[in-house]
Amino acid sequence: MGGVTVAVVQFGGSNCDRDAVRALEHVGVDAERVWHGDGLPADTDGIVLPGGFSYGDYLRAGAMAARDPIMDEVRAAADEGVPVIGICNGAQIGSESGLTPGAFTTNASARFQCEPVRLRVERADTPWTAAYDEGDVIEVPIAHGEGRFEIGESAHADLVADDRVLFRYCDAEGNVTDAANPNGSTDNVAGVLGERETVAVLMPHPERATLPDLGRSTDGAGILTAFA
Amino acid sequence: MTDYTATVTVRLKRGVLDPEAETTQQALERLGFDLDDLRSADRFEVDLDAPDADEAAERAGEMAERLLANPTIHDYDVAVAER
Repeated sequence: MGGVTVAVVQFGGSNCDRDAVRALEHVGVDAERVWHGDGLPADTDGIVLPGGFSYGDYLRAGAMAARDPIMDEVRAAADEGVPVIGICNGAQIGSESGLTPGAFTTNASARFQCEPVRLRVERADTPWTAAYDEGDVIEVPIAHGEGRFEIGESAHADLVADDRVLFRYCDAEGNVTDAANPNGSTDNVAGVLGERETVAVLMPHPERATLPDLGRSTDGAGILTAFA
Repeated sequence: MTDYTATVTVRLKRGVLDPEAETTQQALERLGFDLDDLRSADRFEVDLDAPDADEAAERAGEMAERLLANPTIHDYDVAVAER
């Protein structure tokens, strides 16, 4: 069997793993769910850390899964250039495990928020955003209680200087404003890159904005085509 | 070896928004309490054996570094007592 096989890592409490597989298959990417305890298959050509509530969000969202032994394999694969994306709880796991900078913590509203948001594509020269142009506005839903991006002042300066912000929350015209910031994230950051451009995390759910029969937007499909 | 309890207190760094504490403060005020501010923290009590208190503290500190706290948003301190 040729082609790319994407491992969608299923932790205890993941619940967007099947959605991710469906959405990936829709954009023509061969994907399979991989139970965390089984380790990564040898032919893994891409990795999705899916959304959900791994280990009940105990301690902090993503904290437990980030210390799961499979994450050593994920980090090693990421270091070799295997594309890795963390979505929602997967983003929290990614930041907790040090794959990407910063932290995702309690929304400023202190509420769980499930709503469509708009994102401005800050870089179009990464695998995740090659389908877009810089400055494009895409609509993708969020569903999280702990999505507020926090990062220390100097680390934030580095993040911006290194051009590692991938998406920012914005309004319909692409303006990055407080009103368009759903959760109080620092600098409206919705998604960031790791040390390599092949590693990214974002709180919004591209897999929920991919299948045309699911709702109002298919704007997220372009992110998943990175694996194609 | 001596039995110790290492108490690890993890709190948000100064300046990091704490919506849960704000909500709790609002609920207290709704109950008629008068307060200026409220901060919350997580406390972990770790029972362990160590040759001395310094080593017990060092091990608990490592637990905080690697799991109990997230250095991006948290400060922590460790207090050790014989049990």
